[in-house]
Amino acid sequence: MATLTEAPPPPTPTAPEKKPPRRRGRFTPYWLLLPGILWLLVFFALPMIYQASTSVQTGSLEEGYKVTWHFVTYWDALSGYWPQFLRSVAYAAAATVLCLLLGYPLAYLIAFRAGRWRNLIMILVIAPFFTSFLIRTLAWKTILADGGPVVGALNTLHVLDVTNWLGWTAGDRVLATPLAVVCGLTYNFLPFMILPLYTSLERIDGRLHEAAGDLYAKPWVTFRKVTFPLSMPGVVSGTLLTFIPAAGDYVNADLLGSTDTRMIGNVIQTQFLRILDYPTAAALSFILMAAILIMVTFYIRRSGTEDLV
Amino acid sequence: MALVNWLKRHLVVIAGLLTLGYLLLPNVVVTVFSFNKPKGRFNYAWQQFSTDAWKDPCGVSDLCGSLSVSLQIAFWATLGATALGTLIAFALVRYRFRARGAVNSLIFLPMAMPEVVMAASLLTLFLNMGAQLGFWTILIAHIMFCLSFVVTAVKARVMSMDPRLEQAAQDLYAGPVQTFVRVTLPIAAPGIAAGALLAFALSFDDFIITNFNAGSTVTFPMFVWGSAQRGTPVQINVIGTAMFLVAVLLVLASMVVGNRRNRQKA
Repeated sequence: MATLTEAPPPPTPTAPEKKPPRRRGRFTPYWLLLPGILWLLVFFALPMIYQASTSVQTGSLEEGYKVTWHFVTYWDALSGYWPQFLRSVAYAAAATVLCLLLGYPLAYLIAFRAGRWRNLIMILVIAPFFTSFLIRTLAWKTILADGGPVVGALNTLHVLDVTNWLGWTAGDRVLATPLAVVCGLTYNFLPFMILPLYTSLERIDGRLHEAAGDLYAKPWVTFRKVTFPLSMPGVVSGTLLTFIPAAGDYVNADLLGSTDTRMIGNVIQTQFLRILDYPTAAALSFILMAAILIMVTFYIRRSGTEDLV
Repeated sequence: MALVNWLKRHLVVIAGLLTLGYLLLPNVVVTVFSFNKPKGRFNYAWQQFSTDAWKDPCGVSDLCGSLSVSLQIAFWATLGATALGTLIAFALVRYRFRARGAVNSLIFLPMAMPEVVMAASLLTLFLNMGAQLGFWTILIAHIMFCLSFVVTAVKARVMSMDPRLEQAAQDLYAGPVQTFVRVTLPIAAPGIAAGALLAFALSFDDFIITNFNAGSTVTFPMFVWGSAQRGTPVQINVIGTAMFLVAVLLVLASMVVGNRRNRQKA
């Protein structure tokens, strides 16, 4: 997170590449890269290959597994678990939109309106990270408890009637419904939206706002035509940083949801750790990875900001 | 009318503060419920005020043991990831080499991958190699996913460094080692520190990857997860509150020190 809040490096006036060649050998960069890259190759890239191979194996725990190019596993996994896939995408998308709607005003407040409170608010945004996210997610069980003040208020305001009709809640309960899961996902990944938004808002030259005002733009028009377009890099990286972990998450669905809110992460976890059906689990995980990579690539292309890395 | 205008002008501020409230509400609940005396096994409903848990934070079996496992893993993972990541960051900023694009994607991909995918594939590797799941497999996994974040943090700092400072040091007859230790490293230090801090926080709080690769080793997040099924002791809230307070105090202290230093410079 600290990386996202850090000021962007200013364009270096002197091209560092044109420095006089160093006496250190030309293999130096490779030696510097070697240990870290080796670590990533062995413990990140190689596991992906193992997983791909596991997904087309057949066999059993007792007799061992063999690669039989059994692609049917993929078909079975998709046809068996498509509701969970769809649910993951839907919940993650809903949480991402909510994060954007909730996070934008706060990022804007920190960047332009906070004045001397800026550092304090910044600390308050980051500080929750230091309490384990599982403990904080469990706190939502208390907040959304049946018959508690939040549920009572929603009931009196007839919000629950609307959400019941939409199928987001059931009866007088919020816990164990899709609404609770989305609420938990939104809460957990909100800082990942706020920090990149803040970074790109903070870069905007305040004089642009004045210029827009001088040209008789109303505040809303200034926001729509100047501020928001300039904050697009933050919007793109914020939505990615929210959507990707939310789509693979199973903690919120498990703690705040019910069996009807299981996401694909829950399925992968159960298949891997309880049912021990490794080929199916590997296939599901592979599909999730491919789906996310395709969606992310498409999204980055569409939004035209490719310099995220 | 005046009220409507006031609301209009401060709409962003109000909305922003509401979001801040949403972010902090769970922490308030965690703190308040650390003083609860629950009736059953679960600490979800308020019963009565008590400081029992604060007097005996290790009163639940395995809780403080899991905390110490987590701290150890976070410490070594931070050390490993920071060392490896800093080397990569320097290579990326300071040198031209082949396969730069491939290296960049290899560093970006772990950050763009859902945790559950990395967790599951790493478990496949460990199972295939017949590795004994436990402390070491958790440590390996944590170094792996912290590495990319360290690289990004250090890279940002090294990139904004003025290369002329090092040239000046060399003009003043500093050798390569001396230049690195006396000039480069101190300037890069804030970036390295930020990366290390991030790695520590990520490793300490990680649940999903740990859950897959822990075997029977129990870290603090794993303990909390287990207690969510079996019954949540109040001591969990005590630890959570204490961690929050320590972190906020540390940040405030570092800010005060930083301000004083800036004032002295000015």
